[in-house]
Amino acid sequence: MTRWLKISWTTSVFAFLYGPLLVLMVFSFNQARYTTSWQGFSLKWYKSLINNPQLLDAFVNSLTVALVSSLIATALGTLGAFAVSRYRFAGRKLFFGLVYSVMMSPDIVMGISLLMLFVTAGLTPGFLTLLAAHVTFCLPFVIVLVHARISGFDPAVVDAARDLGAREQDVFFKIIFPMILPAVLAGWLLSFTLSLDDVIISFFVTGPGFEILPLKIYSMVKLGVTPEVNALCTVLFMLTLAAVSAAHILTKEIKK
Amino acid sequence: MNERQGFKFIAVFLNMGWFALFVLIPGLMVAGISFMTRDTGRFFSLPFTLAHYRELLDPVYARVLGQSLIYSLNTTIVCLMISYPFAWILSRGPKHRRALLLMMVIIPFWTSSLIRTYALVILMKANGIINTLLIGTGIISDPLTLLYTDFAVYVGLVYTLLPFMILPLYAVMEKMDPRLMEAARDLGANGFAVFFRVVLPLSLPGVMAGCIMVFLPAMGLFYVPDLLGGAKTMLMGNFIKNQFLTAMNWPFGSAASVFLLLLMGAMILIYFIVSRHFNRDEIL
Repeated sequence: MTRWLKISWTTSVFAFLYGPLLVLMVFSFNQARYTTSWQGFSLKWYKSLINNPQLLDAFVNSLTVALVSSLIATALGTLGAFAVSRYRFAGRKLFFGLVYSVMMSPDIVMGISLLMLFVTAGLTPGFLTLLAAHVTFCLPFVIVLVHARISGFDPAVVDAARDLGAREQDVFFKIIFPMILPAVLAGWLLSFTLSLDDVIISFFVTGPGFEILPLKIYSMVKLGVTPEVNALCTVLFMLTLAAVSAAHILTKEIKK
Repeated sequence: MNERQGFKFIAVFLNMGWFALFVLIPGLMVAGISFMTRDTGRFFSLPFTLAHYRELLDPVYARVLGQSLIYSLNTTIVCLMISYPFAWILSRGPKHRRALLLMMVIIPFWTSSLIRTYALVILMKANGIINTLLIGTGIISDPLTLLYTDFAVYVGLVYTLLPFMILPLYAVMEKMDPRLMEAARDLGANGFAVFFRVVLPLSLPGVMAGCIMVFLPAMGLFYVPDLLGGAKTMLMGNFIKNQFLTAMNWPFGSAASVFLLLLMGAMILIYFIVSRHFNRDEIL
């Protein structure tokens, strides 16, 4: 393949991936109401975001769910990854099967299955149901990331600690945990991103009483395009960018 | 119970409990309810029936299903054609540049596909950027209808799912030893032979993983046709969503979901058989 062809293929793909996002971000700073022409730089759509209590509420709700669910998923997943790498227990295969089936199964199936669970159990869709759903789809990512990190260690380290009198929780908190910290943080950041960006599953498990940003954006876009949505999407994209970059740097640390 | 047993119990119990409650039980509910009867009051009731599966084969619904499969298939093919050369160029580049370019693929991979779909809406509107540019440069005089067409849905699906194809391809290609290609050339293979007999077979597990990761989500992404497509465009995702939120027909929606799960199972099974076949070849 010629050099010229290689460069133009790569550039076109990146242009395709980033072009629309770039346009979105640029036009969020546009003075004009309609996204046809550029009429000068302005922060007015960001100002109108801040002055829109409904959007601000949805934003706070999204951040709350993302923060709490990613923390729970990280704590639970780290314990789970430790357990599957250290212990043999009945259902260990089933455990991995469930982990991978959650990662692979279509979001829509997970959404409707949780909807049926919550409705049948008589729960009102809202914060708690959303939280449980988000923890569920973040958990496998944490387990897989942390498990990969633990598998890379010399098991003799743990045996040595046990021989020297460490209790099981000491082994976990003082030996394993500091070693897997980068993977734990990466898992947490990616869970945060997954939770913040999810649309399909959240669509089925939250109710009108608890609105979150992606669903708010979805309903706004269905009604029509407004510059506020551009601003909102830009903010959300920047958050994702920050979290993913940090996670990427951490996973690179892991591979070193 | 000693402290080791205690800690183990907590660690295992919490995780297994969580998965049992929020994955296993809901999964069994989908399977179970798909065989039950629709009930307007309580959503589902006895007796057991196969009616919903039979209904799925009814021409009206089979068309939706077939249409969705065709959308997924075409999206997968387009993604593969764009990604294969791209991942190859990326994986053969100099090491320092590779890391940066890879990062640039990972960012859209994790970015909300809703935001990315919305970005396309802005581009493709009648008075959007593309039309403004084309009219401004005099290529066309009347705005093209881009939005709310099948074309827009395809652009949306490919745009959303492209990174899911690139990443697995890149993962297998990066590991490929360049000496294998050199050896093939030294032994007299031409460019075609090197590609079809060395590169392609070695990259096949990545191709399959990428296809699964594009094909399955493409069935479910209901907001892509909702925001970009016309009134007639329907994916399995839209169909299932309607059964649950509009028609309130849980058993029928569940049966459609079971179909998706079976499709997923079949694809994963093929993936494992193929990759096992390749591992055995390596050993021999």
